[in-house]
Amino acid sequence: MRRAALALAIVAAIVALAFVLDNYALRLATTVLMYVVLALSWNFIGGFAGYPSFATAAFFGLGAYGAGVLQHAGVEMVASWLCGGVLATLFALALGAAILHLRGHYFAIASLVVPDVLREIANVSTSLTGGGMGLNIAVFSTDMTLFTRVFYFAMLTVAVATLTASFAVDRSKLGFGLRCIQQNEDAATILGVNTVLYKVIAFALSGAFVGVAGGIYGSWVNYIDPADAFDVLISVKPIIMVLLGGAGTVLGPVVGAAVFLLFEEAVWRNFLTLHEGLLGAIVVLLVLFLPKGLTGYRAVLRGLVPARLRARS
Amino acid sequence: MILAQVIVNGLVLGGLYSCIAAGFSLVWGVLNIINLLHGSMIILGAYAALFAYQALGIHPYLAVPLVAGVLFCLGYAIQRSVLNRVIGAPVLMTLTLTFGLNLIADNAMIVGFSADFRKLELAHPLGIIDLTDYVDWLDVVVPVDRLVSMSFAFALVLALYVLLRRSNLGRAIVAVRMDQRAAALMGIDIPQIFAVTFGLGAAMAGAAGTLLSLIFPISPLTSPAFLGKAFVICVLGGLGSVSGVLVGGIALGIIESFGALLFGAEYSLTIAFSLLILLLIFRPTGLVGKKAFQ
Repeated sequence: MRRAALALAIVAAIVALAFVLDNYALRLATTVLMYVVLALSWNFIGGFAGYPSFATAAFFGLGAYGAGVLQHAGVEMVASWLCGGVLATLFALALGAAILHLRGHYFAIASLVVPDVLREIANVSTSLTGGGMGLNIAVFSTDMTLFTRVFYFAMLTVAVATLTASFAVDRSKLGFGLRCIQQNEDAATILGVNTVLYKVIAFALSGAFVGVAGGIYGSWVNYIDPADAFDVLISVKPIIMVLLGGAGTVLGPVVGAAVFLLFEEAVWRNFLTLHEGLLGAIVVLLVLFLPKGLTGYRAVLRGLVPARLRARS
Repeated sequence: MILAQVIVNGLVLGGLYSCIAAGFSLVWGVLNIINLLHGSMIILGAYAALFAYQALGIHPYLAVPLVAGVLFCLGYAIQRSVLNRVIGAPVLMTLTLTFGLNLIADNAMIVGFSADFRKLELAHPLGIIDLTDYVDWLDVVVPVDRLVSMSFAFALVLALYVLLRRSNLGRAIVAVRMDQRAAALMGIDIPQIFAVTFGLGAAMAGAAGTLLSLIFPISPLTSPAFLGKAFVICVLGGLGSVSGVLVGGIALGIIESFGALLFGAEYSLTIAFSLLILLLIFRPTGLVGKKAFQ
């Protein structure tokens, strides 16, 4: 009962934000929600199943371009976002069936080059995607406040859907099976887990919501180009967020996404030209000193304090 | 005889590609780390050659051992200070770590050298060889600088092979690759071997960069392209042997030069990556290599 009240209070607060924050802060909040979608989505395959996927950018770009091209063809905006999600899901199903038999480094590399191939395809299919010139996407309203609020709620809806799916997977047989795969795939097979099916489902889940978010993103920024929509950083940032928050948990990626945006915003504001380098430095420090995420901070403190002092305290 | 020209171009490229991938494959095989920093190290080598030529007047071919030495020290230091801490960690950790290092390196190079494309222009160009001068029907043109670079590249790969096969250091590296624990029991200092191996990988990258600086325009923005080629070559040739790198490098060189003929040069990386994905799906063992799982 108390937990339900708490959840309700949080939802009310998040909805209220849309009417309290100014447009700039609301844009940031929308970005956090997008990052939550990306991080939770990657968590299905990377956190639960333990497969190091770098394909997030492929799903994002497909969603963005799918929705953008459909809108040019006259499809209504929200419907086009959903179609972007469907496109990304179908692609994830096919790609997953093709490359999920690979493990470790080979899976990572295969998934890493997929966005590159799609980017080049988008670059050369000029008649459909506008090629390197990019694709302009119509602004649905010139009222800036309305515009910002609509995209906040759109991204919020996808984030809540992803979170709900994460909770559902976490508590289901699927989540259990994925954790088995993460720990020991061969043993999981022997115990009767349909590893191929489970992995493909997890991969499709990691594509579906990202595809919708990509579609929304395109309408939100009104312009996409191949280098932006299929940027490798879109694949890497969610991994950093999940590592920050704790892989394989449901709320860890959410916390990671929020912390990551705070950091990114501070860096963007103050060190524009060093942005990527500082991002890299954070990644290095994170992997070296906080490999279990922020929840592992106690281990770091233990490492800093000599054992002798610890025994006394 | 456009076919002959395409094959010659492919071989020349292939030599350079073998050199690019040799260090990458060595590190992957021995340390079980995919070094996403490899592309940046190639570019760093190219800049080092550029500055050595422009500021000190050292000819790029003479600069090869110098640049390789500098990069060796850099690689050794990186392995000792950072990467040795994550040896044996899950793939995701090592990949993310080297990606972070790659972001730092590329950003530093953009700030230091700017993102402009530069090319090393020799004061006395080496010219070209036109084979029609020697054989009437063989209509093939080979730029001398590319030919020399290719020879250097093959020589370096051969040197690496000899080092691994014939020296005590090489035997130690191979032993660590085969069985780390057994190697440790034989008195091999494992972290030291890891650091030397990574240093060798960096040295090969630096040497490759020096040779490339004569042929391709360089910019920090091109580092992912070279890294991508290293992926493809390793998967093409199969992991873990110098012969695999040679086969993979030459195969990629010839495929790219045919691809450029059929589709245009701008598709080369797309063709290479599509090939990589298809190979991983249908033949993950590579053309000559061992089973590519794990």
